[in-house]
Amino acid sequence: MPPPTKRVDPQVLREGLRVLWVAVRAEPRVFAVSVGASALYAVTTVAMARVLGEVTERVVLPAFRSGHTTAGALAAAAAAIMGVALLKALGVAGRRFYAGLMQYRMQARYRRAVTRRYLRLPLAWHHRHPTGQLLSNANADVEATWAPLAPLPMAVGVVFMLMIAAVSILVTDVAVAAVGFLIFPAIALINVVYQRRLAPVATRAQRLRAEVSEVAHESFEGGLVVKTLGRERAETARFLDRAEALRDANVAVGRIRGLFDPVLEALPNLGVLAVLLIGSVRLDAGAMSAGDLVQVAYLFTLLAWPVRALGWVLAEVPRSVVGWERVRSVLDARGSLPFGDGALDGAAAAELEVRDVRFSYEDTEEGRAVLRDVSFGASPGRTVAVVGPTGSGKSTLTSLLVRLVDPADGSVLLDGVDLRDVRRGGVAAAAALVPQQTFLFDDTVRGNVTLGLDVSDERIWEALRLAQADGFVAALADGLDTPVGERGTTLSGGQRQRLALARALVRRPRLLVMDDATSSVDPQVEARILAGLRESGTGTTVVVVAYRKATIALADEVVYLEHGRVTARGAHADLLERSEGYRNLVTAYERAEAEHEAVERDAERDADPGAVQGGEEALT
Amino acid sequence: MTAIDQTSTTVGALSTLRRGLRLSPEFAAGLPGTIALALLSTAGRVVVPIAVQQTIDRGLGGPGGPDIGFVRTAVLLCAVAVVLTAVCAYAMNVRLYRTSEAGLSALRVRAFRHVHDLSMLTQSTERRGALVSRVTGDVDQISTFMQSGGLMFIVSMGQLAVASVLMLVYSWQLALLVWAAFLPLAFVLRRFQRIVSARYTRVRERMGDLLAAVSESVVGASVIRAHAAEERTGRRVDATVEAHRDAQARAQAMVALTFPVGELVAAVATAAVVVAGVLLGIGGELTAGELVAFLFLVTLFVSPMQTATEVLNEAQNAIAGWRRVLGVLDTVPDVADPGEDGEVLPRGPIEVRFEDVGFGYPGGPPVLHGVTVDIAPRSRVAIVGQTGSGKTTFAKLLTRLMDPSSGRVLVDGVRLDRVRFSSLRERVVMVPQDGFLFDASLADNIRYGRPEASDAELLLALTELGLADWLDGLPLGLATPVGQRGESLSAGERQLVALARAYVADPDLLVLDEATSAVDPATEVRIQRALEGATRGRTAVAIAHRLSTAESADEVIVFDAGRIVQRGPHAELVAVPGVYADLHASWAAQRTF
Repeated sequence: MPPPTKRVDPQVLREGLRVLWVAVRAEPRVFAVSVGASALYAVTTVAMARVLGEVTERVVLPAFRSGHTTAGALAAAAAAIMGVALLKALGVAGRRFYAGLMQYRMQARYRRAVTRRYLRLPLAWHHRHPTGQLLSNANADVEATWAPLAPLPMAVGVVFMLMIAAVSILVTDVAVAAVGFLIFPAIALINVVYQRRLAPVATRAQRLRAEVSEVAHESFEGGLVVKTLGRERAETARFLDRAEALRDANVAVGRIRGLFDPVLEALPNLGVLAVLLIGSVRLDAGAMSAGDLVQVAYLFTLLAWPVRALGWVLAEVPRSVVGWERVRSVLDARGSLPFGDGALDGAAAAELEVRDVRFSYEDTEEGRAVLRDVSFGASPGRTVAVVGPTGSGKSTLTSLLVRLVDPADGSVLLDGVDLRDVRRGGVAAAAALVPQQTFLFDDTVRGNVTLGLDVSDERIWEALRLAQADGFVAALADGLDTPVGERGTTLSGGQRQRLALARALVRRPRLLVMDDATSSVDPQVEARILAGLRESGTGTTVVVVAYRKATIALADEVVYLEHGRVTARGAHADLLERSEGYRNLVTAYERAEAEHEAVERDAERDADPGAVQGGEEALT
Repeated sequence: MTAIDQTSTTVGALSTLRRGLRLSPEFAAGLPGTIALALLSTAGRVVVPIAVQQTIDRGLGGPGGPDIGFVRTAVLLCAVAVVLTAVCAYAMNVRLYRTSEAGLSALRVRAFRHVHDLSMLTQSTERRGALVSRVTGDVDQISTFMQSGGLMFIVSMGQLAVASVLMLVYSWQLALLVWAAFLPLAFVLRRFQRIVSARYTRVRERMGDLLAAVSESVVGASVIRAHAAEERTGRRVDATVEAHRDAQARAQAMVALTFPVGELVAAVATAAVVVAGVLLGIGGELTAGELVAFLFLVTLFVSPMQTATEVLNEAQNAIAGWRRVLGVLDTVPDVADPGEDGEVLPRGPIEVRFEDVGFGYPGGPPVLHGVTVDIAPRSRVAIVGQTGSGKTTFAKLLTRLMDPSSGRVLVDGVRLDRVRFSSLRERVVMVPQDGFLFDASLADNIRYGRPEASDAELLLALTELGLADWLDGLPLGLATPVGQRGESLSAGERQLVALARAYVADPDLLVLDEATSAVDPATEVRIQRALEGATRGRTAVAIAHRLSTAESADEVIVFDAGRIVQRGPHAELVAVPGVYADLHASWAAQRTF
């Protein structure tokens, strides 16, 4: 997120108007209707003042003077009032509804746009931005951006109203009008001061709102850790700190708004008083009638309230501008993966080549390349196992193979085509990754397996069978149509992994990349999965990250990674001979068991003088 | 519908409001003063129209012709009143912001804490995005209402009262007429309110869906990318965005309808006042000036009526938000901390006893049946069994993430649900399979369970666990940032950190739930050996399907279909045909070629 720039007020206002203009251009029809309704409301509000004035002049005063009236006159007065009110009602309903509609449509439009952007931006960008912040961009920031839209038509209507009132008052008396309308430059001036004071505070409040959301999101996501380590109190303190900072920022905003609102409300009242003062002088001079003055004064009292609508729009502008900047920072974020127009059209197993690949995460320190000079290949239909200690860069390698990220140097080629030259969607169609960490969507089993791919149920079941998931899926209440809950909470870790595997297999990938994808699956089940893959895996080139020997045994070649470099390549037996690191890694369990058995044998040998040992232990 | 919603949606609007206010005493702090200021500023709003009327009546329309001196005095006094009104309004606003923000902040924090106090099971039924919105957006809804609407309502009511009294002073007949016109409106509005309320509740629910969908598209970014599911995910998000938009529009349609109704009623009242006023005037009971003034008062009466309508709509929104926040607070944690009344376990190796323990997830079949087992202090126990055999459930009951449906769990002879959380969480620590890390440095994550641990202690712990080499490979060492959710590290590395975190917390009973499933064998063996040494003074229970853990354990407990079917040391169990021998055979088969 770019640091909030220090802004001068007219720019905020100009920027705010620009934001509103974006909305007007996006929804011209809705805006036109809402402004039309507002104008109708404005006209009828002024008309109502006129009607009341006329009724006073023509019906009320004559009646009081003469002491009698006719039913016709009274009926006409009532009808005029009701008629205008009906139009006014129409205006207010239209304005409210369409102003709301415009706001909601703009919110929806930008929420969609922001999320689409999330889906396009590269994973490196995602790593740099906390989930809470991204949620806040799509939620609170979009909301803040379009908040001025609700009172906007009213404000535009007010401008109409002011113009009509101005004409109406000007016709009556120029001097009175001039005094009365002095309040408007005053409002403009006060607003400039207001914007200047509010902008930095509002920016801070908005940022803190996002931070509060980030802390809550992270804390709830780590809920189990918080619970198991009993850190609820510390987490609450962390949240409290941000919540209180937000509170203080909101109070600071409140102080400024709290001053601005009453001043804005007082101004029209002062205008009325000025009108009365000048009006009485004009009246004295015989320049206007008492009835005229009543009407003008009445117009001003009527204006006092809607004029605040202008204030509402202006009050929302600083927040709106801040929200807009945050939304734009997502929409303008660059660095999406460029695509070429190459195709990976073959139907048979793909040929994989990794050439001199170097990779480092942008935000890690210089010099920590996660992968360096990595080169290997896999001929069509062959299986390559990638083995290496924890943290040696295996998972990063797998994400390069399906182009979740691009290498800093070197290239990854499928059938001789550099992945960067393949058109959008082309790599995913040919290669499938089963990640180490399973992610399921809040959807049905079917939805999670197909992810929108149009495949028959038979093919889904076939994939589930291969992944050894058909058994438990068949036992679910609604089979394929059973919802799995958010992140698949209703399933066990092993079940989730098997669904993720089925998700990859249903695509019949020409390159299948498995990143320790069966770590939560029972050994027996895994053995069946591997057997199934071996039997049916003729059309697939497989790269598998594994520790289990049974998995490694499937491989035609083993690539051994250490600290991001390939330190050995070859057949398993070969590597056992040549690479000490590899030998230590894959034989760790046997050595541990052998050692353990040796210890036990020793213990058994020593078991006879056990009484002595027990005695010793009792003494310590 | 989640557990949290079930507790909250049935409560009525008024009782929600009452409960909400009671839970946040901060709102009431200095309320009389705030209301006094509000009433003063209301009085100010009434003064101007009266001044207008007085000026017209006496200053301009008096028997001796216009009295400019009087007008000037009246205007000056009014100006003072207007300024005083503004000052009062400012003071009131500041007070209001201060108390409401204090109250909301406290409410936010309380709800946040309560979410953590809910049992793991309740937490997992709730979508995280929705939980977040309960402590953010839902609270913001209340603040909008508290800061403008709520007070506007009070002010409007005050204005209504003042206007009513003045109307009565001018003409009780006309006042009654106005009231009679507005009375039916109250009933109509009540009906409207109910519909509006239901529609706003729907808006909040749709918002929850929306946030969950957006969060999915962010958290699941790599899967979406890997399978080119962008379009489909985008469509899913679009659907929730549009559902939310439509729900908003439907609520707004109802709100928009309430206004014309008020407008028309106001017109009826005005027309009636004109007609009746003229008739009364002819009868000599009213002057022309009084009638004009009364018409002013009618507008004065109408505008707060409209404001009140609007505020009531805003209130619906706020109450919907409030209900969702209260929904959190009203959800009773089903795994509750006995707190001060609970017992404190003295330090030292822990002894565990399960007595005829059964467990079933809510609405599901039992997954554990009659589990009775003793775990001796200082022993190292391995729990094995197939997926779904009840191992993890056992671990969760052991660490009191859940309570058993039947039977009981005792630690050091004390019922687990009688032990204070502060004591329990200090002495019993579980390392779950998915080691969630916070977006901070490696050091901060490792000392998460014991924040006072120094860097030297952390280094020592890592060395003891055999992880010094791994740490050396990280260029920034302990200062390495782990990224959000620890994603700058690999899954295996995250497990190492999670393990070190629990180790540094120094519990007396350590429960490992597949805590090294993503770690390479050599490192795992090294850790195991380190733990063997380190756990000498403590009790350790490890769940693993890599049976290397079982081979070196003091005792192996074998689960099958929710029951303990075998117990004993590895060497003993592997020698007899049975579940364990089968498990071990397939494990061994995997290890060898």
